[in-house]
Amino acid sequence: MENVILKVSDLKTYFFTRGGIVKAVDGVDFELRHGECLCLVGESGCGKTVTALSILRLFDSPPGEIVGGQISRDGLDLAKCSLRQLRQIRGNDIAIVFQEAQSALNPVLTIGDQIIEQIRIHMPVDYTRARDRAATLLKEMGIPSAERVLSYYPHQLSGGMKQRVLIAMGLSCDPQILIADEPTTAVDVTIKAQILDIFHELKVSRQLSTIFITHDLAVVAEIGDRAVIMYGGKDVETAQVSEIISNPKHPYTSGLIECLPDVSKSTDRLTSIPGTTPNPIEMPKGCAFHPRCPKAMKICKQQEPPEIITSKEHKVSCHLYT
Amino acid sequence: MKQMLNQKLLKIRNLKKYYPVTAGLFSRHVGDIKAVAGVTFNISEKEIVGLVGESGCGKSTLGKTILRLEEPTGGEILYKGTDVTKLDQKGLRKLRSEIQIIFQDPDASLDPRMNVGDSICEPMVIQNIGDEKKRMIRVVELMEQVGLETRQANLYPHEFSGGQKQRIGIARALAMNPKLIIADEPVSALDVSIQAQILNLMMDIQERWGLAYLFIAHDLSVVKHMAHRIAVMYLGKIVELADKNEIFDNPLHPYTEALLSAVPSFKSKAKGRILLRGDVPSPLNPPPGCHFHPRCHRVLSICNKVKPKFIELADGHFVSCHLYKR
Repeated sequence: MENVILKVSDLKTYFFTRGGIVKAVDGVDFELRHGECLCLVGESGCGKTVTALSILRLFDSPPGEIVGGQISRDGLDLAKCSLRQLRQIRGNDIAIVFQEAQSALNPVLTIGDQIIEQIRIHMPVDYTRARDRAATLLKEMGIPSAERVLSYYPHQLSGGMKQRVLIAMGLSCDPQILIADEPTTAVDVTIKAQILDIFHELKVSRQLSTIFITHDLAVVAEIGDRAVIMYGGKDVETAQVSEIISNPKHPYTSGLIECLPDVSKSTDRLTSIPGTTPNPIEMPKGCAFHPRCPKAMKICKQQEPPEIITSKEHKVSCHLYT
Repeated sequence: MKQMLNQKLLKIRNLKKYYPVTAGLFSRHVGDIKAVAGVTFNISEKEIVGLVGESGCGKSTLGKTILRLEEPTGGEILYKGTDVTKLDQKGLRKLRSEIQIIFQDPDASLDPRMNVGDSICEPMVIQNIGDEKKRMIRVVELMEQVGLETRQANLYPHEFSGGQKQRIGIARALAMNPKLIIADEPVSALDVSIQAQILNLMMDIQERWGLAYLFIAHDLSVVKHMAHRIAVMYLGKIVELADKNEIFDNPLHPYTEALLSAVPSFKSKAKGRILLRGDVPSPLNPPPGCHFHPRCHRVLSICNKVKPKFIELADGHFVSCHLYKR
């Protein structure tokens, strides 16, 4: 496929803990194309954050380790390259915006210091130029009186502002790829709308390729071009966002869509998915979703479903379509 | 429906909760954080009132103040005609058997060292109801009602998932046969697929037991699903209150309009979204006049001078905004 700028194939990241091996990511495939917003969707514990961290190898090792698969970026395999090579990629080429703005910022440094530090590590500029650049970035994020905000400490900013500072930090070295880990999760609806608006703008103005991690399908519908639905450390369905919403194939995907209370329709009862997400130490045999699946068959308990391509842009891992 | 809802269970009149702010060596009183700044509304029997607003708007404080978990600074809370603000300890204990609360974070609201059966039983012990055997029977009954297996009664909270913990919280709230449950963001800490389970459970229980809910949430789609009426709160005040369909089809207050348009949905793809500028101002030093005017997209010249009154514009539709005249 042309325009693919990042390709993750059969990625496996395991955590070797005392309680057992946690297969947080267990065979994930997807590709990111130039200028698109790709959403990784799933509930807590499905491995979406670990997938993102694996791309830049940002998890603690030990206990975490990439035990298989490739992450190809410009002919380089990020899963195996040296740390020195990886450091050239981090921030410069691929940047990440973390969840929970509160804990991602250093409370004892000013906002300005934190952004300037990052710029000066990656770019040969002096302090004044870096400071100007930081201010410009904050303005681009729609922060009023950006110059003043540079001298603030994180606790002086609201949650929405902190999230914007983090996005500005992510963009400070003009990366090609931005990974955003649940940037809209801990904020209020009105702030969420503002942040989604920023991502819209970035897509238009910078042609930025984004991997957007979220559990909220409504957000996906709004911002995503394509989506990867994850469950139990695997990608279970990948398609265009419009296709996923209008024509979901995997029972988990349709369950996720149906259980959302939608403001535009009123029903008495919500359809819910029974049970809970599986424990990653003891994943169910066969298809990880079978204990909760309304359409489970005999084979689902025994065999892992193969990946089936139902149309050009739509693939799903489910025995229903074999 | 109307007639069924006529019986008023709870009447709140001009309720206020201020937190004093002090400074300096002698703790000089320098101002108040007006978390709840004069709120008036009713809850009828078997009615679900949804309370929405952004974080910091005072919705949780309002919920706690109704139970006097926070002492109100002023105003009246009439529960079945008795003024809750004037109750003594004994009266309060009785009140709290009729009004119960479900908290947002089930991790923080369950005692990690008490097994789940004891946790559900505890309210009955405190209220001195039945003997040990009767309580056991009741615990089993409650666990079945909320979809837990009775053999799990001996387990401890950490052995449960988030959704199950919230079920325990619900069982505990039901133990006293309450008439009103204050649910403070009961599903916002849960995964989407689990949210639907808990919302369905709460709807079932409401119907079966004939309960009233004050359902506090920041998620409008959840509130629309649950509530009969919706109150929208901003900086300590209710700015609009109406039937849920009325709020969604015919929002009057510009803040409600903006909130509604901010909800991402499959159907309406970001068309004509009203983007609010800036953040919620500090309740310590709220803007003069209408608190919403610095962010309002329909601001008038009067808005930064005069506080708007809370008026009933149409039958049961209250709004506090200068755009509308009775």
